[in-house]
Order: sequence, then structure tokens, then C-alpha cells
Amino acid sequence: MPAAFGTRSLPRGLFRLRALPLLTAAILGALTGCAPTHSEGGAQANATPTASSGGRLTLTGSSTVAPLAAEIGKRFEQQHDGVRVDVQTGGSSRGIADARQGLAAIGMVSRNLKPDEQDLRAFPVARDGICVIVHRDNLVRSLADAQLVEIYTGKKRNWKEVGGREGPITVVHKAEGRSTLELFLQYFRLENPDVRAQVIIGDNEQGIKTVAGNPRALGYVSIGAAEYQVTQGVPIRLLPVGGVEASTENVQNEKFPLSRSLNLVTRTEPEGLVKTFLDFAGSPEVRDLVEKQYFVPVADGQTE
Amino acid sequence: MGRPSSRRRAQADALLHGTARLAAVGAGLLVVLMVLFLALEAAPVLHATGPLRFLTDRGWYPTQGRFNLGPMLVGTTLAAAGALFLAGPLGLLSAVFCCFYAPPRLAALYRRMLELLAGTPSVVFGLWGLVVLVPLINRLHPPGASLLAAILILALMVLPTLALTVEAGLRAVPTEYLQAAAALGLSRWTTVSQVALPAARPALIAGVILATGRALGETMAVLMVCGNVVQVPRGLFDPVRTLTANIALEMAYAQGSHRAALFVSGLALAAAIVFFVLAAEFAERRTRHV
Amino acid sequence: MSRKDHGMRKRIMPAEHAEGRGRSGPTLRRPAAVPYGQARQLRDGGEPSAVLLNRAFRADRLAAVVVWGAAGLVAGVFAWLLAAVAFQGAARLSLAFLTTPPADAGRSGGIGPILVSTLLILGVAMVSSVAVGAPAAVFLAEFSHAGTRSGRWVRRSLDVLAGMPSIVFGLFGNALFCKLLGLRFSILAGGLTLACMVLPLFIRLAEEGLRAVPTEYRQAAAALSLSPTTTLFRILLPAALPALAAGLVLGIGRALAETAALVFTSGYVDRMPESLHDSGRALSVHIYDLSMNVSGGDGGACASALVLIGLLLALNGGTAWLTTHWRRKTYRV
Repeated sequence: MPAAFGTRSLPRGLFRLRALPLLTAAILGALTGCAPTHSEGGAQANATPTASSGGRLTLTGSSTVAPLAAEIGKRFEQQHDGVRVDVQTGGSSRGIADARQGLAAIGMVSRNLKPDEQDLRAFPVARDGICVIVHRDNLVRSLADAQLVEIYTGKKRNWKEVGGREGPITVVHKAEGRSTLELFLQYFRLENPDVRAQVIIGDNEQGIKTVAGNPRALGYVSIGAAEYQVTQGVPIRLLPVGGVEASTENVQNEKFPLSRSLNLVTRTEPEGLVKTFLDFAGSPEVRDLVEKQYFVPVADGQTE
Repeated sequence: MGRPSSRRRAQADALLHGTARLAAVGAGLLVVLMVLFLALEAAPVLHATGPLRFLTDRGWYPTQGRFNLGPMLVGTTLAAAGALFLAGPLGLLSAVFCCFYAPPRLAALYRRMLELLAGTPSVVFGLWGLVVLVPLINRLHPPGASLLAAILILALMVLPTLALTVEAGLRAVPTEYLQAAAALGLSRWTTVSQVALPAARPALIAGVILATGRALGETMAVLMVCGNVVQVPRGLFDPVRTLTANIALEMAYAQGSHRAALFVSGLALAAAIVFFVLAAEFAERRTRHV
Repeated sequence: MSRKDHGMRKRIMPAEHAEGRGRSGPTLRRPAAVPYGQARQLRDGGEPSAVLLNRAFRADRLAAVVVWGAAGLVAGVFAWLLAAVAFQGAARLSLAFLTTPPADAGRSGGIGPILVSTLLILGVAMVSSVAVGAPAAVFLAEFSHAGTRSGRWVRRSLDVLAGMPSIVFGLFGNALFCKLLGLRFSILAGGLTLACMVLPLFIRLAEEGLRAVPTEYRQAAAALSLSPTTTLFRILLPAALPALAAGLVLGIGRALAETAALVFTSGYVDRMPESLHDSGRALSVHIYDLSMNVSGGDGGACASALVLIGLLLALNGGTAWLTTHWRRKTYRV
């Protein structure tokens, strides 16, 4: 429906593209204008936060570590007046990138540092194990490493072949890049392209819910989370790996073969507020917080 | 009113026109900015491997330098098309129900429900899909997390967008049309199908385009139910991965060329949407001539 | 004409007209149900063919059944979804849940600060998307003929924008607002990112609404030599208000439901925000984190989802009330 008023009566050219750069500039200007100019904003980071009371500490990275870091941060805030600890998630790779670029004082990484990441310093705050889970109604009580490999590479596709009830196995696998996946592949000496999965998942909870809703599924998730869900009556069962029972205890005493550490990383040798925080996060004072998030505390006083 | 006042009025009109144009162009430029941003982030890997490899590589194993996006393009298309196939008629009928069939109270209630449905976070849809729908489908045919689950959840999510847009269009059909139809003694359904819906065609098209956009771009809920296996599905019960799910699943853990390849997924999606929008426009022009 | 149907009090023509359209349903129903056959008979000008009559009658009945069935199906699925959420979440709901901060990563405690952050983010998003979207819609509907090139391009690019995945918005917002413009993780950055996201939906619906205003209004305004500005503010916008409100409501819904775009822009901090420059966790982010990242968070997640749905109801109701209120005021002048 053509407009009955407008274009014809108005000087159109005036508002053509000529005004565009002006507009863009104006909008951008207005936006930057309202960006925080107060000094407290120096938070971000590369400005080395000083030890003086007050200041803001930004942590970014792994979503696995984030809830724990946020809890630690809250307790830290209570003990240090005026200090604010801001925790942001976005994944381990973000933690690495932000720590490197100085966008965050501390990065959170849910795995061990890779060889090309040795420019960063890592401070473990907790450990986490990975266990294999099946549905509670599954008859299978344990799977040998070789059997698991055969299932994950698609050579065995039916539970009957590994001592269970007749029925196709639903193999639940993790998405590329996840540290859980890397650890799993490394332990079983698998190459990711060889894996034949029926479901690929992101987070632990998704894995647990997938297996809980499918009596023929087989997956691997974080031990702490799985143990907790079992106590809550979620119908899953933890299988031993390499003959070792999957439990947080066995992760703690390092008997369990599949485990990783959850790290805080910095670009430089920490000092000032960052150091205070890292010391606090690695101390026994936060032990209960670590356990409350269903992770395993690191051995006392141990750093890298 | 004297002369100066009328000049001021003309100035006000000019100002209005200018502001409107600037806002429109500014909003239009947003997408240019975004595509530019995507391209910038994707540039390293596109430069290193060339765009063709994203269709010819053997599989998607980005950490091993294999970047085939083809199956995910197929998955995205199938999921969105399936969702529209389901949500289209249902959304249309919902809008018709609201405008022509339901008693006013019920219509208001139903509209409120659609608005709620439109505002329910995708996580909630995803969660429901994961805990309720997927196990149900699994009983039918394992593994449950499948193209079908993705289609059902997506249909549920785009339905309110479609229904509300069409409903707004139907309500805007001039009363005279409907009165004329009533005067002719047309039955209700004839009025709806022969008078109201054709009159509301622009809204219908807008609704379909918006719904398709949403279906193509929806991330979190699909990721939770579609199974995420990178493959060309051979049936409704096969798991698939969509481009958006791919980005959401791996972005947080990707680095270097893997990260850049994910931005290529974003670009591919943008390209798919551009293609769709142009196709819709073409189709619209064709039908207008008929 | 519509006065006879609705017995409405007399008003200035546009309002009455618009309202009449809004309630066209009942007008239509009465004549359609019974005298249909006779009308057809008259029109066909002969003896009523029983077969024809029967078939048409049946088709109409069938259509009614299908329409009601479809509506029932949608309502049923929605009820199922809502029941599943309510079943898990209702136990956690209380007044304290709405006011206290979360504890133990959200497993216990409430969502007070998160609610505040959500509302702030929403406010920023709504204000900025209306500020840009309304003029843009006016441009598309009133200043650009259907064939104008600039209008077509803007419309096209908005359609593309509507299909961008939210996570791309998140990464884009992070790069533009958080880093380039120096807003960092903040409510402001989150709100602006959401505004970008909501924009296509809002503009589309607002444009449709403006276009649907009958040409006669514009012609009448032109005949009265009203200036375009006056016509717009006094006639077109009020007449298109329901559509604008519908766009806003849908936009609010989409914004409230957004997760991926907000994780990267407004952030994860669940402390009570002190200003728009503080990072604040949105409800949907909280729901996602609790259901996917925190074991044992399902109860809290579902309770938060219920709160979010309640919030949405309140906002929608508020918008509807404001619309009618404003219209009434506008037309009394």
C-alpha cells in the first residue's frame, strides 16, 4: 500500500546516504560517552589490581569452574572489604584467551594446560574425575576397557554382545574440544573420527539426563555430578573404569585413572590482589566449597 | 496559524523523515556490521583452506583440520523445513481460531498463552524436550534424540511467532470485507479462507519469514534434543546437528582455526538465510503476478 | 455501521473504526451460522440443491472442528510443558525466593539480584529497540513505497538479522559493545545486544501494523492538510498501536527468553547490580546454568522459569493496559 503522504513532498536527497556516517558517528559517540569513566572500572584487568583494599577482580573462562569460582569469590568478598570478584563464563578457551590478552586478571580452565599454553601459569583449585554411566535398569555392571573401545568405535552395537539385554546401544559422546572428551579419548587411545556415536552432548547435566531417559544409553560424565544425581534418585549407574570403582574418593587418592584438574591461570607471576585471591582459592579454607560443588579438593597447599 | 509556524512544521516533517530514514538505515546496517564481524573472525581459516574445503572435507573434525559443514547445512535445512511444515498450518489455524472461532474471552486467553509460549526461554523448551520428548521418541525408535525431536521442539517454538503475526494481520483486515462476506451469506470458513486470509497475505508472509528466521537461528533448545551427530540423516529418527548447535556446542572450547571454522558456520548460516529471504521475495513476486 | 453491531458510544471515526475491526469476530458469526443456506440459495437463484447445501455445511463444520482441534492441540502441549515446569518448580517458590540472593551456586537461596538485573536489561533493550525500531518502521511503512530500493534493502537485511543465531549476537555484542565501545560485561551491553536481536521482529510487526492503517485515514488527513508529522502522531501511530504493542510484547518475550546472547554480554555475576555498568545475570542465563551446569539445580531452574513466565504475564498485561489507556487518552483530545 503506497504511502499517501511523504516522499514526494519532502527533500529526499538530504536524508540519503550522506547523513549516514554522521549518524554512525553520533551513535557510537553516544555509546562510548556513556561507557564508564570512573576509575573503579579499571577493573578490567591488565591494570594490575593492587593489594590495597578495594578493587575488582575479573575471572573468565570455563563454565565448569565458574560456579565454584563464584562461590569462592563470594567468600573472598566477605573477608576483604570493598573487593569485588566478577566471574564470567564462556569456556576454557575464553579463559586462556582473556588471560593472555589481559582482558581478565584470572582465566578459568577445566583441563591441564597444553604444551602451547606454557606461557601461562596454572593454579589448580580442584580435581574432577570422569566416569562411564549407564541406565540403572541396565544389567551390565562393568565393562572392560577393550569392550568400551569396541562399543565406541561401533564394532559392538548391541548390549547382548557385552552381557546385557538384547537392544541397540545408544553411544553418548561429547562435543569436539571438550576437555572431558580429550581425556576420554586419550585414556582409551581413540581417535575422534573413529568414534561412532548416536548422541553428542555438551554439558554434564545433558549427559546425565540423556542416559537417565534412555535405558540403552552409555555415556561418560563428571564423577561428582553423577554421584550426586545417584543420591537424588536419578536412574543412572556409575561403572568402574580400568577395574577401579568410580568415586570421588578414588579421584582424591589418585587411584582413578580418568581425572583432570580445574585450574585458574594467569599470564604473569601473580601479585597483589590476584595473588591473595589465588592463595585463598588454593587453601583449605575453600575446601567445603569445592566439595559442595561436587568436585574433589586438591591435596593441601599443592600448586603447579 | 502564520507563516513561520508552517515553516516550522515543514522543518518538523523533514526532521521526522530524516530520523525515520536514519533509524531504518541504521537498523539495516546492523546486519552488515554483523556479517563483517563474522567474516573478520572467519578470515584466517577461509584464507588458509579456501571455502571449497568446507563442503568437500571428510567429516567435521576441526581439531584435525577437517571442516565439512555440508551435513550440518542439510540438518539445519531439514529441521527448519520440518518445523515450518508443522508449525505453519497449526500457527495459521491458531490465528484463525483467535480471530474467528473462539469466543472473545477465550480468544484473549489463547492469545495470552501464545505470547507466553513466545517468551518461554529456549532452555525450558530444551529441558522439556530432553526429559519428556526424547525418552518418548526413544521408546518408539532409539536413540530418541533425533531430527524428529528437533522438528517438534522447533515447531513449538516458532508457532507463537507465526500465529501472533498472522493474528495481527487478520485483525487488521478491514471490517468492510467481512461485512460484505457476511452480507453475501458466505459461511465462516469460506469467509476465512477466501476473504480474510488473502487480505492478510502480507502478514502471513512476514510471519513465515520471521518464523523461518527463528527456526534457522534457534540454538539452545535444538542443541539439547537433536543428538548433535554430524551426519546426513537417513530418516526422521536419525540424530542430526544444526549449524547453530555446532556453534553453541563447540565455541566455548574452540581455539585457533577451530574457532575460525565455527565462525564460518555462522557465515554459512547467514548465507542460508540470505538465500531464503531472496527466495521468499522471488516467490512472493511470482504469486503477486498470478 | 459498526455502531449498530456493537452499540458503541460515538467517537471520532478512527477509534470506532479500529475497534470495530478488532471485534469483527462476533459480527461475522451471527449471520454465518444459520441463514447461510438460504443466502446461498438466493444467490444461486434456484431451488436449493440439498447436496450442495449439505456439502458446504459439512465443509464448514469440518473446518470448525479442525480449527478447534488445532487450537486445542497447541493449548494441550503448552499445558503439558507448563505442568512439567510447575511440578518441579512450585515447591521452591515463595516470597523469599524472589528477594534473597542465590546461595550455593543457585541450588538454594533466591533470585533477587537476578530479577533486578533482568528487569534492567529488559528496560535498556526495550527503550533502545523502540527508539530505533519505531522510526525505522515508520520509514518502511510510510516513506518508502513497496518498491523503493532502500526500503527493500533494509527489509531484506532485517529478515537476515532475524535468522542470526542468538549466540552470534552474543559474540557480536561482546566484540562491539563490551570490547570496542568499552562497556565491558554490563547490563548496558546486554540490553543493547538484546535490542539488536529484538529489532527485526519489532520493526516487522510495527511496519505491518502501520501498513494496515486504511489509506482513507491518510487521505482524510491530507484533505484536512494535516502535516505528515501530525498525521503520524495523531492518526497513524494511535491506529497502529495494537500492532506496535504486539511487536513490543513479542520482543519482550524473545528478549526475556534469551540465553546465549546474554552470557557473553551482560555476564554471569549474580550480585545485586549497582549501576547499568555492572555485570548482572539474567533469569534465562540463571535457568540455563542451573539446569545444564549445576547438578541438583533443576528445582531452582524450574522455579526461576515459573517466575519468568509470571513476569512475562505481568509485562504483557501491563503493555495491553497501557495500550488501551493511551488510546483512550489520545482519542479524547
